[in-house]
Amino acid sequence: MRITCPHCGARDAQEFSYLGAADPKRPDGMAASAAAMAEYVYQRDNPAGRHRELWYHGAGCHAWLVVTRDTRTHAIAAVEVAKARKAGAAAKVGAKA
Amino acid sequence: MRYSLFSLLSQTLRGHKGWTPAWRDPAPRPEYDVVIIGGGGHGLATAHYLASRHGITNVAVLEKGYLGSGNVGRNTTIIRSNYLLPGNTPFYELSMKLWEGLEQDLNYNAMVSQRGVVNLFHSDAQRDAFARRGNAMRLAGVDAELLDREQVRAMAPVLDFDNARFPIQGGLLQRRGGTARHDAVAWGYARAADSRGVDLIQNCEVTGITITGGRAVGVETSRGPIRAKKIATAVAGNSSRVAAMAGMRLPIETHVLQAFVSEGLKPLIDCVVTFGAGHFYISQSDKGGLVFGGDIDGYNSYAQRGNLPIIEDVMESAMALWPGLGRVRMLRHWGGVMDMSMDGSPIIDTTPVEGLYLNAGWCYGGFKATPASGFCFAHLIATGQPHPVASAYRLDRFPAGRVIDEKGAGAQPNLH
Repeated sequence: MRITCPHCGARDAQEFSYLGAADPKRPDGMAASAAAMAEYVYQRDNPAGRHRELWYHGAGCHAWLVVTRDTRTHAIAAVEVAKARKAGAAAKVGAKA
Repeated sequence: MRYSLFSLLSQTLRGHKGWTPAWRDPAPRPEYDVVIIGGGGHGLATAHYLASRHGITNVAVLEKGYLGSGNVGRNTTIIRSNYLLPGNTPFYELSMKLWEGLEQDLNYNAMVSQRGVVNLFHSDAQRDAFARRGNAMRLAGVDAELLDREQVRAMAPVLDFDNARFPIQGGLLQRRGGTARHDAVAWGYARAADSRGVDLIQNCEVTGITITGGRAVGVETSRGPIRAKKIATAVAGNSSRVAAMAGMRLPIETHVLQAFVSEGLKPLIDCVVTFGAGHFYISQSDKGGLVFGGDIDGYNSYAQRGNLPIIEDVMESAMALWPGLGRVRMLRHWGGVMDMSMDGSPIIDTTPVEGLYLNAGWCYGGFKATPASGFCFAHLIATGQPHPVASAYRLDRFPAGRVIDEKGAGAQPNLH
């Protein structure tokens, strides 16, 4: 399996570490209910098919990536830099303000 | 037909022309008392114990492929009950006791071989940890012996005892552990359940679960709808997909785990050995192939096939433990998809959907658990109450924080 890192190009998957589903959002620990926190920590969609997941390019640029991959075939459809999501969200907030 | 020395001799005299199929191939009926989704080891064992222990025989087992085509035929056949934690030890010991009487119970040769399982340790700290686990096992009535280096050498002289980084200092031995012929376990349970009237329905994939008023009342399948008073799912690897049909999410990720077998060799090792300094274990099948395995690939996968980095990792561990393996050729490798639960322990429980029962999350260890899993799941389905030895395997342990973390690895399935 090769992952095309936006910074470094196509690299062997061994250069990366896997963290799992990319979309669960950590609730605010002080405000969230115990049930919401348990949901975030333990429950997973675990789809057979398209899966958005976090990979860390530890042997390369040290960037966190959001990889969209098919869990039935291991085919990778898209790779984005995870930071871009955060920056995008911040920009939107800024625009509203 | 009952298998015995007499039936073998009488068939021999008749040129083996009178053997009948081991189970029927029925078409699904419109309704059953219990429908079990998944015709693997755990589903078939559940059907057998429902019929034999609880007298519930109006049961169908639905299998999307052929019987035993999933993980019951893809594992490395090891049976053991060398667990540390209170939630685990009695469950796996029940399983071991059921293994010990399995062939008589099923009237089927499952080739159960109690050849011993040795967990090697390579440091003083690891010796302490293993001594603690052995003591916990003995307190729970499980056999365990702490071996020193020379005792291990007498059992397995082929290993590298003087490895510069990981010298073998001894091992924790469970003599009652060993191996069983995995396909025969599926076939034996299938035949025993079928003989009591359970319908084993192959090539029948469940595509939906019908829920009326919060109660599961039937399943949609590739061979038409089937109504059921109770629906039980035993589809480890695909548990999240079946749960999603009932609108549930599970504390599970699906990962691929590979296994390996070498070319056939003369007897080299007569027990199961696990490496304490990496994730690797090995035994030798009765055909002579060395059977071994290691870690999951480490990312969500339903592919039933793995990638090369883990193969390399497993071979490196093999060479560290047993350098002589460098001359052996690998014959085959394959992958199965595992339910990796968030604490590394299984789930046998009711669900928020009334009439829907869940058996899932077996991680690396489903095969050894097959008899107890079926036994306890049948108890839950028949009585509505969890079996005492499986009472820790409930879904509410996750939100309550009572996780059963045998490896001390935390809530990350990719660490198990």
